[in-house]
Amino acid sequence: MAYEPPVTDYDEIVENCTCAFCGCNCDDLDYLVKDGHVVGVRHACRLGASKIMEDMDQRLMVPMIRDETGELQEVDWDTALDKAAELIAGAIRPIFYGWSETSIETMKHGIRLGELVGAVLDNQATICHGPSLQAVQNAGYPIATLGEVKNRADMIVYTGSNPMNSHPRHLGRYSTFPRGWFRQRGRFDRTLITMDPKYSDTAKMSDIWIGFEQNGDYGFYNAIRAALKGKKIDQDYVSGIPKEDIMELAEAMKNVQFGALYFGLGLTHTLSKQRNIDMAIEMLTDLNEYTKWVLTPMRGHFNVNGFNIFMAFEMGFPYGVDFCRGYQRYMNGETNTIDLLTRKECDVFMVIAADPGAHYPGGAVKHLAEIPVIQVDIHWGPSTEIADVVLPGSFVGVEAAGTSYRMDGVPIYMKKAIDKPETCRDDEWIMRELLERVQKIKDQEAAVASK
Amino acid sequence: MEYILKNGIVYDPANNIAGEKKDVMFKDGKIVENVSSDAKVLDVTDKIVMPAGVDPHAHVAGPKLVVGRLYRPEDSRKGVTHKTDVCRSESGFSIPSCPATGYRYSRMGYTTVTEAAMPPLEAKHTHEEITAIPNLDITPLPLFGNNWFVMQYAKEDKIEELAAFISAWLKLTKGYGIKIVNPCGTEAWGWGMNVHGIDDPAPHWDVTGREVLRALAQANEMLGLPHSIHVHPNDLGHPGNFPTTVNTLDCVKDIEKNSSVRDQTIHLTHAQFHSYAGTSWRDVESGADKVADYINKNKHVTCDIGQITLDETTTMTADGPMEFDLHQLNGLKWANKDIELETGSGIVPFIYSGKAPVSSFQWAVGLELFLLIKDPWQLCLTTDHPHAGPFIRYPRIISWLMSAERRQEMMDNLEVRVWSYKRTGLGTLDREYDFNEIATITRASAARIYGYQDRGELTPGYNADIAVYDLNPNDIDPSKEPAAIEKAFGNAMYTIKNGEILVKDGEVVKVVPSHTLWTDVKGFEEQENAVMEKIMPTFRRFYTVKFENYKVHDHFAPNPIVTEVQAGK
Repeated sequence: MAYEPPVTDYDEIVENCTCAFCGCNCDDLDYLVKDGHVVGVRHACRLGASKIMEDMDQRLMVPMIRDETGELQEVDWDTALDKAAELIAGAIRPIFYGWSETSIETMKHGIRLGELVGAVLDNQATICHGPSLQAVQNAGYPIATLGEVKNRADMIVYTGSNPMNSHPRHLGRYSTFPRGWFRQRGRFDRTLITMDPKYSDTAKMSDIWIGFEQNGDYGFYNAIRAALKGKKIDQDYVSGIPKEDIMELAEAMKNVQFGALYFGLGLTHTLSKQRNIDMAIEMLTDLNEYTKWVLTPMRGHFNVNGFNIFMAFEMGFPYGVDFCRGYQRYMNGETNTIDLLTRKECDVFMVIAADPGAHYPGGAVKHLAEIPVIQVDIHWGPSTEIADVVLPGSFVGVEAAGTSYRMDGVPIYMKKAIDKPETCRDDEWIMRELLERVQKIKDQEAAVASK
Repeated sequence: MEYILKNGIVYDPANNIAGEKKDVMFKDGKIVENVSSDAKVLDVTDKIVMPAGVDPHAHVAGPKLVVGRLYRPEDSRKGVTHKTDVCRSESGFSIPSCPATGYRYSRMGYTTVTEAAMPPLEAKHTHEEITAIPNLDITPLPLFGNNWFVMQYAKEDKIEELAAFISAWLKLTKGYGIKIVNPCGTEAWGWGMNVHGIDDPAPHWDVTGREVLRALAQANEMLGLPHSIHVHPNDLGHPGNFPTTVNTLDCVKDIEKNSSVRDQTIHLTHAQFHSYAGTSWRDVESGADKVADYINKNKHVTCDIGQITLDETTTMTADGPMEFDLHQLNGLKWANKDIELETGSGIVPFIYSGKAPVSSFQWAVGLELFLLIKDPWQLCLTTDHPHAGPFIRYPRIISWLMSAERRQEMMDNLEVRVWSYKRTGLGTLDREYDFNEIATITRASAARIYGYQDRGELTPGYNADIAVYDLNPNDIDPSKEPAAIEKAFGNAMYTIKNGEILVKDGEVVKVVPSHTLWTDVKGFEEQENAVMEKIMPTFRRFYTVKFENYKVHDHFAPNPIVTEVQAGK
C-alpha cells in the first residue's frame, strides 16, 4: 500500500460522527470537511472511510423514470413521486425491502405506508442473519453490549466470521485490543480464538485457530457441549478436530472469567443454517453454568439490527412482516422476500437503501426484472438497472441525521455533517411524501367507491 | 370544549369521595368546578366514575421488551387483531407491540404507566418505544443500582457527588426517578455470580447493597425528587428471602423525607416475589405476614404487589442472575442482556400454572399481601407486567380482591393447588376490597407515590383523566359476581384523557400521542458540572460510545411533561 500523506487542506472538523458502514457503528469519527465535502475521515477503518469520502462516486443525483424505450430519463421530483405513489397504490402484493442502511425515522413512515397498502416489509436479515433470528427464537439470546466485553472479557471467540475484513475495528475498538476496566493490559489479558474452516486474517492474529471442516459447525459445537457435560466422545475426530483438542478447548472455555462469542455468516449459511446457531447458543447457555459467556451476531449493515428492533416494537415480529390481510403475519418461508419473488407473487417492489439486484438469487432477480421496481438509494447499482422509478436519497450519518442500532442493540443518533446535493432528498422526506401521496389516492378511491 | 359527566357515582379517594352521586365537569382538558350551559352532557347515571388508572410499575418499552418480542414470535402471534379505522393492528399477549400496549391500557381506563427499568445507555431506545405507544403518559425510571459510578460514590460515602451524578443522569436520559434492581447483584452477574442479602459485597467493588441503597436514598432526598427510590431488593424469588426484604426496607428508615408530594422514602416493588419464608422450594412458606406487618408499622414504605395471574408469560427483569436461575429451573429459552457499566437483564418465558404447586403458592402470597396490608395508600395493584402476568389481567385481580368467595372457590375446585392454602395464610383471610379501596390501589395511591400533581384525582385544575365503568355499585354484589367485575374493569365505558374521549364502550375511538414524564433538577448545576468533569476520563475510557452520542436528544421525547424540582427544597 502506497503511503498517503495526511489530509491537511480542510475547512472544519466535525467530531463524533457515526460510521454508516457495518454493525460496529463506530461513533468516534472525525470528518474533515472542505467546500461541503468530506475530504478526510479520522479514526475510521478503510471500509468506513472510503464509503464516507467517496460518497459522490456513482451517485444517483436526480429522480428518474424508465421510458417506453427502456431508458431511465430524468424527471422532476413531483413526477417521480407521483409515479411511484401510483404504482404502490395500485399494487396487490407489494414488497418494501431494504431499510438496513437508512434511519429509524425513515422506517416510521415506511411502516405506515406498508400498513396502508398491505405490503410486506422485509430487510437484509432475510438473506443474512435471518437464520440467527430463527435460532434466537429456538434457543435464546444471551447477549451483552460491546463495552461489557471490552471491560471484562478474557476470552474472545470469532466463529464463521472474519472481522479483520468485514468489521475491521471490531477487535480494535471493542473486543480484543482495548484496555478495559478489568483488562488493563488489553490484548495481553485476553485469549483470542478463531473457529473457522478458513485461515482468515482474523485467524492469523489469533492465539488459537480451530479450522474445523466446512459444514462441520454443528458437529463441532455439539462435541463441545458433550465435553462440557462430561460425556465421552466416541469418535477420534469430530468435524476434523481431534477429540483431545475438543476436550481441552471445552475445559479452557469453562475456566475463563468472562467469554464472548461472535458469529457471522459462516454459521448462518453453511449446511445446518439456523441449527448451527441453535447449537452455539445452547453451548453458551451450558457454559454459563460454570462462568460468564455472552454472544452477539456480527451484524453487517449499520442499521440491520435497527430494522429488526423497530419492527419488533411496532408489530411484534422482526422481519418478513406481511400486512396484506390487514394485520401482521410472520412466517419464514412464506412471507420473506425471496420466497415471494421466486413464487412470482410480488407485483410492485420498492427497494430502500439496499441492492437486491446484486445480492439476490437469479430466480428472484428474474422476477424483479419483470415487475415495476422503485428504488430509493444514493448509489447506482445493479438494482438501478432493473428499477423503473429512481428516487435519489441522502447519506444517513453524513448528509442526514438519524437513529440507528448497533449490532448489540445500543441506539446511536447519527448526526449530520454536511449538506446533501441540492437535487437529492432525505430518505425520511421521500418516504413521508410517498405516504401522503398514496394516502391521497386511497382517499379518492374510497370517495369514488362510496358514490 | 366543555363536558359534564352526569349522575355518575364517583370514587375519588384523594378527595375523600367514596361513592357519592355527583357530576364531574371538565373544560379544555382540565377538571373544573363549573361549566356553562353549553357543556356537552355525557349521561353516566349510576355508573362508576374514577380518576383514570395510574400504573406504578410495568415494563412496556425498552430494549428487553424488544428482545422478548424478537425471540418470542409465539407470544406475538397470540394477540393479533385486524386494523380498524382508528387503531393499527395489534400483536402479543404478554409482550404486546407498542400500539397494542397503548390501546389495551386505554380500554382498561388507564392513562399513565411507569416504565420501570430504563438502562441509561439505551435510554434512546426506551424513548423511541414510548413515542410509539399511543394514549399513555409514560414515566421512565433509569436504573442506578449497579452503576459503577454509583457504587464508587456509595463506597466512598460521597452523597453530594452522587446526588449531582443522579441529577445529571436524569437530564441526560430524561428519566423520572431512581430505580434500583438487585443492588450489587446484577454487577456480580457480570461475572456469572450473584449476591445474597444486602450485606454481601459485589465482587471487585467491595460495596454492599445496603451501602448502595442508603447512598441512593440519601441522594434522592438531598435532591427532593418527586418519587422515592424504587427498589427491587436482592434475592428475588428465593425461598427464605423475606428477611432481606425487611432489612432492605429498614435500612433507609432513618433517612429523612424531603418532599411534600409523597409520603414514603422507599417504594418496594413486586413485593410478592420478596415475601417467602422457608429454606428451599421443598419447605417454602409464605412470609407475607412478616412483610405486611413491617409495612403496616412503617409509614416510610409503599409497595406494589406483582400479583401472579396464572398465565403463560414472559418474565423479564434487570435482575440478570435471577433469570438464569429461572432458566435452569424451567429449561425454557434464556435471553440475557448486559449493559456496560450500568446494569444487566434477563428474559425467560414462564408458565405460571394453577396446576403447579409453586405458582399456586406465589399466587396466594400476592393476594395475602393485598389482604394483610391495611392502608391502601401504601399499596398498588401491579403484576410487574409482564413478569408475573400481563397487565390486561388487572380486572381479574380486582375481581379476586373483591370476592372472598371466588378465592375460596378457586382453592376448593383446584383451579390452584393446595400449596395456595397449606403453605400460606390465604385460606384464613376473608377481607374483601370495596370500590373505594380499588380506586385507591389502582390510581390514587400510585399518583401519590410518584408525587404527581396533575393526575390521579378529580380535583379542579387537574388533568381531565377520567375512567367510567359500566357498573352500578349499589346494584351489584362484587363478592357474588366476579365475572361482571372483571368485564366492567376490562372494558371502560369511557376513558377520558386530557378531556378527550379515547375509549367508548370498551372500544378505542381516538388515538393521541403519548407524553414522557421526566424530572429536571434545578439549582444543582454547579455540582453537576464538577462531577461531570471528574468522571469524564472514566467515561471516555470505558464506555464504547462517545459522551456526545450518549444523551437522549430532545426529539426523542417530543411531548415531554417536565417536573422541575429545586434541589434540596
